Amino acid sequence: MSSANQHIVSLTGRSKVASNKKMTFMERIYLPAIMKGFGITFSHLFKKKATIQYPEVTRPIAEIYRGKHVLKRDDEGRERCTACGLCALACPAEAITMIAAERKPDEMHLYREEKYASVYEINMLRCIFCGLCEEACPKEAIFLTNEIVPSDYERSSFIYGKVILVEPIDKRVDISKRQTPAVLNFKKDKNQSHNI
Amino acid sequence: MFTVTIDNHTIEVEEGTTILQAARLIGGAVVPPAMCYYSKLKDSGGKCRTCLVKVAQGSAKDPRPMPKLVASCRTPVMDGMVVQNITSPEVIETRKAIVEFLLINHPLDCPVCDQAGECDLQNLSYDNGNEASRFEESKRTFEVIDIGDKIQLHMNRCILCYRCVYTADQLTDKRSHGILYRGDVSEISTYIQTDIENDFSGNIIDVCPVGALTDKTFRFKNRVWFLKPMNASRECTKCSGKVTAWMRGDEIYRVTGRKDQFGELEEFICNECRFEKKEPSDWTIESPRTIKRASVISQNHYERLKNPSVILPLQERMGETTDNDLNINNDK
Repeated sequence: MSSANQHIVSLTGRSKVASNKKMTFMERIYLPAIMKGFGITFSHLFKKKATIQYPEVTRPIAEIYRGKHVLKRDDEGRERCTACGLCALACPAEAITMIAAERKPDEMHLYREEKYASVYEINMLRCIFCGLCEEACPKEAIFLTNEIVPSDYERSSFIYGKVILVEPIDKRVDISKRQTPAVLNFKKDKNQSHNI
Repeated sequence: MFTVTIDNHTIEVEEGTTILQAARLIGGAVVPPAMCYYSKLKDSGGKCRTCLVKVAQGSAKDPRPMPKLVASCRTPVMDGMVVQNITSPEVIETRKAIVEFLLINHPLDCPVCDQAGECDLQNLSYDNGNEASRFEESKRTFEVIDIGDKIQLHMNRCILCYRCVYTADQLTDKRSHGILYRGDVSEISTYIQTDIENDFSGNIIDVCPVGALTDKTFRFKNRVWFLKPMNASRECTKCSGKVTAWMRGDEIYRVTGRKDQFGELEEFICNECRFEKKEPSDWTIESPRTIKRASVISQNHYERLKNPSVILPLQERMGETTDNDLNINNDK
């Protein structure tokens, strides 16, 4: 190393210059340092625990947390999703897939639009919970909720179909917290009434 | 030969050429959009008004401007004519109004519609329209008419461009569908709901600029942007057998004609090719089709990079980089 290099100070000031300084006797026997380390470990017994006993105890989750998806129904209990495929197009992880079907005349009370998703699957192992599907949806059908996707032993059980995703008629999922003032303002527009 | 200037591009064209055809010879952004005009169909055009342009100078002999905007698909060029399309704020403003008019009775059911993603009206309103409509009354609706097991008619979506009527009239020997009633209650129908059975009737699906006529064998099967359009061909006794096969993996979801850069069919294809040959073994798959970069169908498909024309001359001078060096995926 030339002497010129020693004067260079890193711009962040965080880099440390290594030194080969000879250790003193106290440093060489190591015991004081070991005792100091034990002391730090022992003192942690009396500190507040950083961990919690999940799943018995859970941490509070923000209401706008992006967790498990829900496929919403409209006010009359009909499924909103019309299988347009825009969520699957927007999905950067390619986690969403669907098969569309045509509504029969006796299914008017089940599906809101002429076309509906007969199969709608999200692979929760692929999903990165970015929320782009929610943003892409033109029918306000898919939303992310603050529910966490539970762990499991089988890969196949992470492919969530309509049975899990569509909200039950008697147990609606509240997504009102996720709707920003901009969205609510947009919905006031009469021209967009077909979306509500 | 007539000399005509469109948006400062000067071109020499034959006598009798319309302004739209002359603009198409120039190409690029100068070409006015057209919803009803179809170069392969005689007498088409003049109905949708999207191709309106400003004629700033009528001709060399009579340099007065035309008093109103003219439909470029129906106006023949004159010698020394000066036309403004995208350079005229008046044209841009009018086109916005035209889009708003076309959308008055057009349902916003693009999430349901099979045409979404390749719809001329969708593209037109993205390129030239306003975001919002001022129309507050209820839209015109029709009873569903079944016009056969191969073609689905959604009269609600129709913009009355008459292209399908001209196709049926000029392509098939026994015309079986047309326009009923007049004015804003007019509708496309087959007379007393007779099936369209002619061999080339399927082409009305391809000429339809919106989703009013769609393929029943493809109805709700998939979205166009998840499919990959491929050039395919087969030996056909009725037509040329040159088609676009819309594939996903090894499956053919639907078959359409090949469309050129202006969205018009290169050749009309027969119903047997269109509706009945859906097996990959029926077709010789040739190559992927070129998709416009701006189209949603091009998602995840990588096209060759093209240098901007400003840069090209410099590279040609240097003579080092060839066009091939700049390809990501030379799949054409």
